[in-house]
Amino acid sequence: MRVRVSVMLKDGVLDPQGKAIGHALHTLGFGNVGEVRAGRVIELELDEADPARARAQGDEMGRRLLANLVIETFTTEVVG
Amino acid sequence: MRRNRRRSGQQAVRSGIVVFPGTNRERDMAIALKAASGRAPAMLWHRETELPPLDLVVLPGGFSHGDYLRSGAMAAHAPIMGAVRAFAGRGGYVLGVCNGFQILTEAQMLPGALLRNAAMRFLSRDCVLRVERGDTAFTRGWKPGDVFRAPMAHGDGNYVADADTLDRLEGEGRVAFRYHGDNPNGSARAIAGVLSPSLRVCGLMPHAEDLVDPLMGGIDGRPLFDGLVGALVH
Repeated sequence: MRVRVSVMLKDGVLDPQGKAIGHALHTLGFGNVGEVRAGRVIELELDEADPARARAQGDEMGRRLLANLVIETFTTEVVG
Repeated sequence: MRRNRRRSGQQAVRSGIVVFPGTNRERDMAIALKAASGRAPAMLWHRETELPPLDLVVLPGGFSHGDYLRSGAMAAHAPIMGAVRAFAGRGGYVLGVCNGFQILTEAQMLPGALLRNAAMRFLSRDCVLRVERGDTAFTRGWKPGDVFRAPMAHGDGNYVADADTLDRLEGEGRVAFRYHGDNPNGSARAIAGVLSPSLRVCGLMPHAEDLVDPLMGGIDGRPLFDGLVGALVH
């Protein structure tokens, strides 16, 4: 199964990368862009046939390594 | 007497420096430790699972594992880190500088996290640090309120923690160093270095080890190492 873990900075944590992307988009003429938040998507190919177990494993990996829960949150989805 | 013993090397402080793939400040750290203690530190590869008998473990600066995922994230789970954690649990002294500080936060041996510098730039220049307390092994070479120069070289030095954690750190006297004057990377409450509850684990962002000899342009960083050696000498 393929599992996708999406990691984002927590609300309230300053995201200078998102800010820089927002500035660049404004420079390109996308004047209606408000706040921009940048995160990270990690796709994992798991040797696991059960979607619930695959997702639980993704959650465990998110907690232990893929996200730093001091500053980030993450969501896990089975994508195939 | 102590000086003589130190000169003979028999009672010198035993330190070890952990080397990860991508570590690049281990030799600077070794020079500083050897100058202060008279004994060359042991270099410890990250795949080791046990430590030799040591008084001090240092996690030096660099870009362990290429800073992939997050700075220090992979190194925090290296095989040797179990032994470093156990060493700290037994009351051993651990110093993490720059990437070493990032590794200690990722390993949850110190609170908070180090995010991208607020202005997004990698900072390679000197800063001024203020010593917040003078009664720990890491700060006893100074007096509270002393300021000193330290070179910075980091992209992810912006210290963050939630307000409760910051209040607790301040309340428990666990802020060791703060940026003095300007706050170069946007760190919460200008924090540059923090201590564990035992005061035996310290993380510091700037490189005190890079100002320990007049040939380097100054000796502002020496009190860190002289103080540590004085505290740990047998």
